[in-house]
Amino acid sequence: MYGKGLRTLSIATAVTLTAAFALGFFYAPMDADQGVMQKIFYVHVPMAIVALLGFVAGGIFAIQHLRSGDRRHDMRSYVAIHMSLILGVGVLVTGSIWAKAAWGHWWLWDEPALVSFLIVFLLYACYQPLRFAIEDPERQARYASVFAVVAGAFVPLNFMAVRMAEEKTHPRVLQDSSNLPGSVWLVFFVALLGMGLLYMTLWRFEMAAKNTRGQIRKLRRRLGADVVATRSAAPR
Amino acid sequence: MRPTSALLRKELRLEWRTREAVPAMALFSVTTFVVFHFGIQQDAVSGALASGVLWVTLLFAAMLGANRLFVSDVEDGALDGILLAPIDRTSLYLAKAVSFIAFLAIVEIVAVPAFYVLLLGPEALDAIPGLLAVLLLADIGIAVSGTLVAGLATQTRSRDLLGPLLGLPLLLPVIIAAARATEPLFAPGGAGALPLKWLAVLALYDVVIGLIAVAVFDFLLED
Repeated sequence: MYGKGLRTLSIATAVTLTAAFALGFFYAPMDADQGVMQKIFYVHVPMAIVALLGFVAGGIFAIQHLRSGDRRHDMRSYVAIHMSLILGVGVLVTGSIWAKAAWGHWWLWDEPALVSFLIVFLLYACYQPLRFAIEDPERQARYASVFAVVAGAFVPLNFMAVRMAEEKTHPRVLQDSSNLPGSVWLVFFVALLGMGLLYMTLWRFEMAAKNTRGQIRKLRRRLGADVVATRSAAPR
Repeated sequence: MRPTSALLRKELRLEWRTREAVPAMALFSVTTFVVFHFGIQQDAVSGALASGVLWVTLLFAAMLGANRLFVSDVEDGALDGILLAPIDRTSLYLAKAVSFIAFLAIVEIVAVPAFYVLLLGPEALDAIPGLLAVLLLADIGIAVSGTLVAGLATQTRSRDLLGPLLGLPLLLPVIIAAARATEPLFAPGGAGALPLKWLAVLALYDVVIGLIAVAVFDFLLED
């Protein structure tokens, strides 16, 4: 079910991401201050946007799970948050590299986007410890969903508080958008599309893998084999 | 409202008889002030440092108390009785949150004077009216998230670990706003004006997290 069309999606992802990076290096103008280091913008910012949207998607799936009691929504929510966490590590690393190149420090507390992303990341990093500290699979799914809903609502609240706290003005690429040439925007949107496709592809791959594992477990059980429960959100 | 007030009375009476959480939280805060004195190697603090020491201490003391909120209910079986009773489950959340606010207030009656005596000095006395407003809003924020997190963590294997682990990032906006709000109050030259902007952030946090907690808390009890 989740494996359908996965090859097309993977090829589209590879093509779009390659095109985005090629455009970023050969077509987008060179930044006057930061030189080639500014190119990390085409990786870092799309990745951050996609990771945050993934967290929000995890919350929406969690609401659907709580409403319907359908465990498949919980699995969708789990995989969405898992993928966003992986992208989140990439966001923090690329953000740190960019900060070092642009401002000479590995970490800057007066960069609200980066700081609030760190807080959101630290909160979501508790998702799996919470989930796998609960034995009963039904309760595990329910508690994980409650967490995903609360954390999803926390994201905008936290962003606002951090942004207000750090009202210093660093030159933010996206904020003074009026003096950005159109080519930068074009490349940025291609990169955002590529990153979004990458997220979708990875999400579908993990969903397919979890589904398959669940089916194999079911078949094994039918054969009379002992199925050992593992730490997994896959259906039992 | 009647189940809520009955449950609230039960919480307060239980704490009054066992005296388990509140004295420990108060003692913890005073000890933490001593730890801070040696940790930061200062005899007196003011401004942002004073604000930070106070809020970090209160937050950690609150985490200590939040962990105990549901423990006796689960271990002694009161939770089963409450779930069997024909009452709205939200009343359990409300009773826990209100009792937690009361516990925090009692802890602060001990901790804030201790903070004044040990670290702040008497010249900051004119900060008290503003400080009370911030404390009230921050206590509500700590209680609404702390109760929810405690509810989440209680039924897990590693609840003592998970409670603070979940609670600290979730309460960071409260710490940001409360620390910023009290910073001018503890300024070295006497209390400055209370920044209303940060009180508004605290109030917004209380309302948003409170509403969400009321909406999702039922799902933690569906057994």
